[in-house]
Amino acid sequence: MTYLLPRLTTCVCILFVILIALLLYSVKTDALVQRDDARAKAAFLAIIPVLKHPRCLNCHANGDFPRQGDDNHIHAQNVRRGPFGHGVTAQKCSACHQEENVAGLNMPPGAPNWHLPPPNMPMIWEGKTPGQICQQMKDPKQNHGKSVEGIVEHVTSDKLVLWGWNPGEGRTLPPISHDEFAAKFQEWAKFGAACPD
Amino acid sequence: MITLNVNGKRLEVDVDPSTPLLWVLRDSLGLTGTKYGCGMAQCGACTVHLDGQAIRSCVKRASDAVGRQITTIEGLSTDLSHPLQRAWIEIDVPQCGYCQSGQIMSAAVLLAENPKPSDDDIDDAMSGNICRCGTYSRIREAIHRAAEMKTAGRRAE
Repeated sequence: MTYLLPRLTTCVCILFVILIALLLYSVKTDALVQRDDARAKAAFLAIIPVLKHPRCLNCHANGDFPRQGDDNHIHAQNVRRGPFGHGVTAQKCSACHQEENVAGLNMPPGAPNWHLPPPNMPMIWEGKTPGQICQQMKDPKQNHGKSVEGIVEHVTSDKLVLWGWNPGEGRTLPPISHDEFAAKFQEWAKFGAACPD
Repeated sequence: MITLNVNGKRLEVDVDPSTPLLWVLRDSLGLTGTKYGCGMAQCGACTVHLDGQAIRSCVKRASDAVGRQITTIEGLSTDLSHPLQRAWIEIDVPQCGYCQSGQIMSAAVLLAENPKPSDDDIDDAMSGNICRCGTYSRIREAIHRAAEMKTAGRRAE
């Protein structure tokens, strides 16, 4: 019997730790979401000028091809989206785009995993209202299965998103900093992630 | 000193690792079939294969090619027997010839992934390879011809 005691103690300890963790998690979740639709909508509207900026929109535009420049012109070389968003055959994104910007004016920009959204989830923002973009962004069937928390994580730390604020020589920056952009997304999530009308 | 796998050979080259692969191929290894066109990944003259994928060697750092298989026009075949080379000769595609190694290297990736490409498939694959002589119609014809040769070759096997 005595040899069972240490095992029982261990089991009780583990259960206790799990209970505490669950308790903390529920408290944390409660603290995270304080539903306030007006504030959530306002936060999302503040994000829109970034999403509509050419550094973001050029890969979230209509058509199965990327755009270039601040005038959103069609990408030179007839580059296509391709079956996975990585281009086609001899013209894949990685043919020219490296994992970082190539130094110099008009040189290819680069970031890890340079690509367009795939054709089954093209995530097009061009020509859409803020409400439509928001609904699309929240829909796991259209956002690669992401939760709201997953979206916030993506826009906060994804290297291709971050590239928008380090786009290489001669390219304009989105209208607010990445910190502000990420903070607005966090605010949107915190207040319940309601979408503008 | 870095080691590169070029056309099936392991070669040591004494270069700054950030040197564009194009210059290592041409200046250090003497593989001058690959051409310098624009130096900014816009014309396709410098196209080679890295692990079977078409890349613009003018913007690829040599260090990024370490541990990977590089194929240049010199390595496409040892005896001009690649269907694209045979089709190029048969149809007499080149005019000045400067862009043609890049054209063939892009076309080789196209055919590897799509053995029977349509005109649209060819345009999508080849629009990044510019030809100042305007040999595009012959390039397209030769790609179709090479596709036929490849298919016939497979049937014969």
